[in-house]
Amino acid sequence: MNEIPLLSLLTFLPLIGAGMILFLARGSEVDIARNSRWGAIWTSGVTFVVSIPLWFKFDQTSAKFQFVEKLEWMPQFGISYHMGVDGISLLFVMLTTLLTPICILASWDSIKDRVKEFMISFLILETFMIGMFCALDLFVFYIFFEAVLIPMFIIIGIWGGPRRVYAAFKLFLYTLLGSVLMLVAMMAMYFDAGTTDMVQLMDHSFPVSMQPWLWLAFFASFAVKVPMWPVHTWLPDAHVEAPTAGSVILAGVLLKFGGYGFLRFSLPMFPDATIQFATLIFTLSIIAVIYTSLVALAQTDMKKLIAYSSIAHMGFVTAGTFTLTTQGIEGAIYQMLSHGVVSAALFLIVGVVYDRIHSREISDYGGLVYRMPAYSLVFMLFMLASVGLPGTGGFVGEILVLVGLFQVNPWLAAFAATGVILSAAYMLFLYRRIIFGQLTKENLMKIKDLNAREWAIFAPLIVLTLWMGIYPSSFLDFMHVSVDNLINQVETALAAHGQSLLAGR
Amino acid sequence: MPMAQIPNWIPATPELFITLMIMALLMFGVFQKQSSAADEINTSRVVSYMSVAVLALALLITVAFAGDRVVVFNNLFVTDSFAVFTKVLVLFASAVTILMAQGYLERHKMARFEYPILILFATLGMMMMISSNNLMSLYIGLELQSLSLYVIASFQSEDSRSAEAGLKYFVLGALASGMLLYGSSLVYGFTGSTDFFQIAAAIELSSEHGLNIGIIFGIVFILAGLAFKISAVPFHMWTPDVYEGSPTPVTAFFAVAPKIAALALFMRVMVGPFGGLVAEWQQIVIFISIASMLLGAFAALNQTNFKRLMAYSSIGHVGYALIGIAAGSEAGIQGVLIYLVIYLVMNLGTFACILSMRRGNQMVEGIHDLAGLGKTHKPLALALTIFMFSMAGIPPLAGFIGKLYIFLPAIDSGLYTLAVIGVLASVVSAVYYLRIVKIMYFDDVTETLDQTSEKTISWVLALSSIFIVALTFYPAPVMTNAAKAASSLFAG
Repeated sequence: MNEIPLLSLLTFLPLIGAGMILFLARGSEVDIARNSRWGAIWTSGVTFVVSIPLWFKFDQTSAKFQFVEKLEWMPQFGISYHMGVDGISLLFVMLTTLLTPICILASWDSIKDRVKEFMISFLILETFMIGMFCALDLFVFYIFFEAVLIPMFIIIGIWGGPRRVYAAFKLFLYTLLGSVLMLVAMMAMYFDAGTTDMVQLMDHSFPVSMQPWLWLAFFASFAVKVPMWPVHTWLPDAHVEAPTAGSVILAGVLLKFGGYGFLRFSLPMFPDATIQFATLIFTLSIIAVIYTSLVALAQTDMKKLIAYSSIAHMGFVTAGTFTLTTQGIEGAIYQMLSHGVVSAALFLIVGVVYDRIHSREISDYGGLVYRMPAYSLVFMLFMLASVGLPGTGGFVGEILVLVGLFQVNPWLAAFAATGVILSAAYMLFLYRRIIFGQLTKENLMKIKDLNAREWAIFAPLIVLTLWMGIYPSSFLDFMHVSVDNLINQVETALAAHGQSLLAGR
Repeated sequence: MPMAQIPNWIPATPELFITLMIMALLMFGVFQKQSSAADEINTSRVVSYMSVAVLALALLITVAFAGDRVVVFNNLFVTDSFAVFTKVLVLFASAVTILMAQGYLERHKMARFEYPILILFATLGMMMMISSNNLMSLYIGLELQSLSLYVIASFQSEDSRSAEAGLKYFVLGALASGMLLYGSSLVYGFTGSTDFFQIAAAIELSSEHGLNIGIIFGIVFILAGLAFKISAVPFHMWTPDVYEGSPTPVTAFFAVAPKIAALALFMRVMVGPFGGLVAEWQQIVIFISIASMLLGAFAALNQTNFKRLMAYSSIGHVGYALIGIAAGSEAGIQGVLIYLVIYLVMNLGTFACILSMRRGNQMVEGIHDLAGLGKTHKPLALALTIFMFSMAGIPPLAGFIGKLYIFLPAIDSGLYTLAVIGVLASVVSAVYYLRIVKIMYFDDVTETLDQTSEKTISWVLALSSIFIVALTFYPAPVMTNAAKAASSLFAG
């Protein structure tokens, strides 16, 4: 137990900052913009600093939820404000607090219109994201999970590209449709288990006949969020139209909601259904990995290409999660974290040239290496990390997932591995077309290399990618106990119903 | 035994107080000097503010006299926590809508002192409906309310749309009253009483001999009449026209107070006298609920008039409220009451926004007139965004809490299909709520609206948006009072 309610502080600090910007930023248009920018960077910076003690005070030897807070909220239905983190969610919280200031820094100059509103939306978004990862009550989780849509809708809709309205609506409605079904399932869970507390629900064993329905309802929500093939179509639209910071947070954090949800709900709470539907997940994941990689090869828009590569990478995550092996699940979590850093960085890289040239078409670029050597270096690093080169974060996740898949079925691993090859193909192809070749385009002749602000954005991400690739233990150590505990939970639940993990396969 | 028993009138003090004050205000208004337009406005202003004071006092009296369940006037009149809860909502709604109306009425040369008095009459009728414990007192309350509403709908008599709205409302409303009366007579015929207690007892007695078709028919007709009053499908046809045609402050009033009163009556009748026949009326309510939610969701998609859109939206919201009634449990009724509180606040806020939509001193009602509001009228746009997201039921806003408390009891009663259709309809309806947000923030400014700042409207906007945001953080007071009210309804 902790004296300071660290998680609540973390969750609501950005909201307080947003409120202060809303009420205190006054004066001329320019003043308001400047004050909002500084207010936002300070708030998100302080939030990041506040999140650092989590990393150091977290007890890695315990699978219990830590930094727990519990307050009565709607006692009639036993709904309480219950927060806590374990080895799985802790790292996602850290990822969120790290990426938000980076996003705000990245929108420093590129957002010129309605800066105040942008910064407020972004801070509110941060509140909801952190809250989502910390929530330990079904409905508190749902509220944060769903609330994210409001700021995201506004961020894409106001500051997005030409087809922003279409993209914003598609994002909102797709996700809403999935999550309302989850809401119904949550209510059914409450009436079966008599509690909305997620910790207790993980120990509760739902009737085998009920599990498939609950599982499918949660699947409807998480599959859209991940996104899994064939409900992935909102993602390329949303990514292309969103402003850089929106894409970054979308790829970096929001896509992880789905994978996190599978780990938090589907596996421990509906183990029988999980075994039952594992084949479905593997099929969809493999299709996603191969199909979207091929689609990525054909893209002419940089952001769209990275968006499709995100879907392929998330295919690894879902496949790894449902292997129900230590390596598979740890690999999935690791893949989510490294994808969070790498894809965020890739979108920022696109943002850098987009700010200068205002085009995302690959054909508008070429030969950038002559004008922007530093940029090319950074791009190369993250391009290789995305491909999964050893020594970068991407490698660890992919290899662990492949090891997990191999234990389930060698063929699965073989199919998934083609995704790795394809990803190398489309990323290298992208890199060649943008960075190499002749510098012939008129408007590229005077393009400037990275400035100090942009270095400040990339520096932490570079360090993190290399750190994750070279010494993964410092991250994996957080997960071990929690993941083992998760697999134990699944096994005990299955044993109670006279099944075993192996028999399920 | 004394020759004439003096009835215990204390439980009816708020109603008696309003009645006396209506007469006093009517006298006051009639005897004012009305030689010039300025005089007329003055009188209307004074009467308006006094009416608000009357409603506020009545609210205080209602709360102060709240206590256990009391039945008086030969079982015609009942007060309990349920009545207190819904009366507070109705009184509050009426008071706020009178306050919001004043500016509009003065600008449109409709500022006559009869307006607040008619609203007082309607409110009195609503309070009678809520407290009725007999089919006769029910009908009297309902008619007192309805007749006042018909007149207010056509209050802008020079405007043909307003006259049309009033006429349409009257013709269809009279038909609905007729159905209700016919149903009441059937129920009387088959149970031998109009008293709610005795009806309940008779139904219990007869249920031993199997289903009584006559009573069922009576309930169906009563349900049809009530469904008209709450504008539930398939008796909703009047709603869009009346909402669009009536003067905006009247629409605001229609959207809140009568809906709350009629739903309260709906609950009292279904749970009280017909509580023993849940299994029979539940199917009907489920059907009405599904039909209302779907119509509210799909028909509103193509609306461009904001008031008309709100009409369909209110049809949809009634559909959701009916889910709670269909659940037939105490928790379900509690859910409806919570939903009504939130519905009331969201609607007051939204209509305050519609009332501020003016261009060149003319009211505009098209949703496309809101284009670029996010740039030109920041606070207004923010408030309307909050209401729209809340109506769509997106957490963490209050609308979500309302839906949560409606759906939980439904799931508990095993109404899975109803709940799933409900949530899917809410996704469809999210489209048009989002469209308003889109128009305000994503579209470019074409013509700007006037910069208006009416104090009362601004206050309504500010307070209701704070309520919508804050309820999630501290829901306890609303929840406990609603729980108390719901349990008192079942106690009887």
